[in-house]
Amino acid sequence: MLSSDKKWEPRIIAFFCNWCTYTAADLAGVSRLKYAPNVRVIRVMCSGRVDPQFILHVFASGADGVLIGGCHPGDCHYSEGNYKMLRRFMLLKRMLKKMGIEEDRCRLEWISAAEGEKVKSVINDMVEKVRKLGPLGIPKRISKIDKEIKIIEKEINPEEAVEHA
Amino acid sequence: MYSTNGNNIPRIGFYICHCGHNIASIVDVVEVQKYAATLPGVTVSRDYKYMCSDPGQELIQQDIKEHNLNRIVVASCSPLLHEHTFRLAAEKAGLNPYYFHMVNVRENVSWVHDNKEQATEKAKDLARAAIKRVFFHKPLEKKTVQIKPDVLIVGGGIAGIHSALTIANAGKHVYLVEREPTIGGHMAMFDKTFPTLDCAACILTPKMSAVKSHPNITLWTYSEVEKIDGFVGNYKATIKRKPRYVNEELCVGCLDCIEACIYKEAKYPDEFNLGLSKRKPIYIPFPQATPQVVLFDPETCIDFKSHRCKKTCIEACERNAIDLKQTAKFEEIEVGTVIISTGFKTYDPKLSPQYGYGKLPNVYTSLEIERLVNASGPTAGEVVTRDGKKPESVGIIHCVGSRDEKSNKWCSRVCCMYSLKLAHLIKEHTGAEVYNFYIDMRTPGKGYEEFYDKFMNEGVHFIRGRVAEVTDWALVPEEENKLTIRVEDTLIGVVRRIPVDMVVLSVGLEPREDASEIRRMFNISCSSEGFFLERHPKLAPVNTFTDGIFIAGACQGPKDIPDTVAQAGAAAEALSLISAGKIELEPNTAQVIEKYCSGCKSCIPLCPYTAISFKEDIKKAYINEALCKGCGTCVAACPSGSITQNMFEDEQIFSEIEGLLKFAGIELEEKEVEHA
Repeated sequence: MLSSDKKWEPRIIAFFCNWCTYTAADLAGVSRLKYAPNVRVIRVMCSGRVDPQFILHVFASGADGVLIGGCHPGDCHYSEGNYKMLRRFMLLKRMLKKMGIEEDRCRLEWISAAEGEKVKSVINDMVEKVRKLGPLGIPKRISKIDKEIKIIEKEINPEEAVEHA
Repeated sequence: MYSTNGNNIPRIGFYICHCGHNIASIVDVVEVQKYAATLPGVTVSRDYKYMCSDPGQELIQQDIKEHNLNRIVVASCSPLLHEHTFRLAAEKAGLNPYYFHMVNVRENVSWVHDNKEQATEKAKDLARAAIKRVFFHKPLEKKTVQIKPDVLIVGGGIAGIHSALTIANAGKHVYLVEREPTIGGHMAMFDKTFPTLDCAACILTPKMSAVKSHPNITLWTYSEVEKIDGFVGNYKATIKRKPRYVNEELCVGCLDCIEACIYKEAKYPDEFNLGLSKRKPIYIPFPQATPQVVLFDPETCIDFKSHRCKKTCIEACERNAIDLKQTAKFEEIEVGTVIISTGFKTYDPKLSPQYGYGKLPNVYTSLEIERLVNASGPTAGEVVTRDGKKPESVGIIHCVGSRDEKSNKWCSRVCCMYSLKLAHLIKEHTGAEVYNFYIDMRTPGKGYEEFYDKFMNEGVHFIRGRVAEVTDWALVPEEENKLTIRVEDTLIGVVRRIPVDMVVLSVGLEPREDASEIRRMFNISCSSEGFFLERHPKLAPVNTFTDGIFIAGACQGPKDIPDTVAQAGAAAEALSLISAGKIELEPNTAQVIEKYCSGCKSCIPLCPYTAISFKEDIKKAYINEALCKGCGTCVAACPSGSITQNMFEDEQIFSEIEGLLKFAGIELEEKEVEHA
């Protein structure tokens, strides 16, 4: 009911590293830069902490996009956590593509502590791109698949399906 | 349903701060407070004007006691600002501080959004995520590390000198590392300082010699930090001492070698005088250089090039101090804290070609004029043009490389004041007519406006307008053999051409070319213009985001001498760490859960601190907590999920994700699907 009344808005989860991108987001705040309110930030110490499972879980929980922000190459507070993230990200991107999740929905950006302006432009740009792609709706799709499986199960083995229920 | 460490069901206290109007004007804090009260686990939910104030903190403490709270969530500003404050408040009430979580609804919400409804929704989502997250929080113990008492200071300008003396006088040992052959920095080049017009050398040189003779200071000039490792309290640094080809212990600075050099005339540009005078291949930067030790320039010394010099310098040295085979030496030191005071460089006016610097010989930078008016400078204080004439008129152009979209946007803060000073000194030395071309006069500071007033009455001309160009192309006979300054005088609204004999460009202050390398080496940040970034402009102006590394002086931003010396109070920050003797570190380290570890070793090469090793006997990975800095890279990479990171455990982050994504619509959508 509510979902159809309300205009759909992109839902994006961001993982920002404590030292560069989170600080840059603070700087954007202190500078009173205005950007789209669609992004919710989770703070991690380093972009290297971002487990691909987090990203998959974000999509599976109903988000339309994931943004990861880390220090510029060579600037990582922990020397090279951002490189480790980059490697994972390259692999994950291929996987997401195969799953039918568009490239623009998952984004890795290097944003230094001085780049409050970049936080704003990246977020605005991403929100616009995701808005164009429309809702991803993984939970909906999963429940649809679940239902189909249940129907098939019923057809194959009606008794067992009843037991499950 | 939830794992809550022990049997206690979470009793969460949720607090949202108005921050005056900062948050409350955009986020409906009462609505968020009411909403939070409905969430599972929340026992108390309140909103308050200023949570960080004493009464705000007491509110939390009282509730902890009265309602037996065991989790605290505060929605206010950035955790980088007040996480520590609230943790301490919780701790004082007897709660483990790590049962606290902070929600950023100011920098991340109210300050960056206009739409009240959307901002309130976002604040609710963030609050819900935090409330879900704290279910999984665990009590943690802080890690304590000892602070080594020695201090490394990088850069021996006035900031470094003042810091070094402060710390050394407090009885702690300082290693002062300076890249140039002498300490003193830019200040040593100045003749007089504003606003008191006292002689720079008279203030500085006693401090320089105090540094040299202080028993608690190890002074390494002509040296650079090669490498630094470690963490607060325990840094290991390698200092490269470049070869001077002169034994510092033996040289007494008699300068006989310079006299004896086979070059009878000095013929190479002198760096200290910015090329306005000449030096020999063996030289001392300036008479009061500290230490009083000569050095060779291998680029210009004949012997380094051909090995066929008569080496008259060696013969002249009675103490056998010259050692042409000297090589770079590396010193390894262990320090607890570091102060970076690497200073600034001046803007290169060649990048603003309209002013003719480098093309027109009588266009000087302000720093060159500092040397010319200096009694110990290349002309012994005579202000003369390159052809040796005393100028009859001088134009000083302000804001060269400052307040300019095309070069540097910032105001360099010192130029108006030093331009006034130079105007006065030039007038005093030559009696010339002096014109100041300014955009705005900026003279904030004690006694600064009075300084300006004085020179307005002294007959210095002030013309308001940004200079369009400096040219030697004469249009009228008066401009022949002169430099003409073309400027729009914005006070009378006409374009003027003013012929002068000498032009001084008041160049702005910039970060050093290699500031970026220094920043990487010491793991600190820069602001957008390239100066080092302080932890907080007001609350922690000399701290950086890396504990134990402090910044002082103009490397943090343009500053005059009084401000630089005041900021050299970075020393006080270092001293306070030293006298505490220890520091508590965040316990956000990682550990291996042995029973889940498959011994695949994929984590081992990921750790930049070699904190992970492999226990051969049980075939499991092991993390040395003392070496772990808590980035969490290994945690994210472990295929069996056997590594966890304190404060950032998987289940904490998963619950945060789920909390965030219960956006108003989603649950309904799911239910709808189920019902259909």
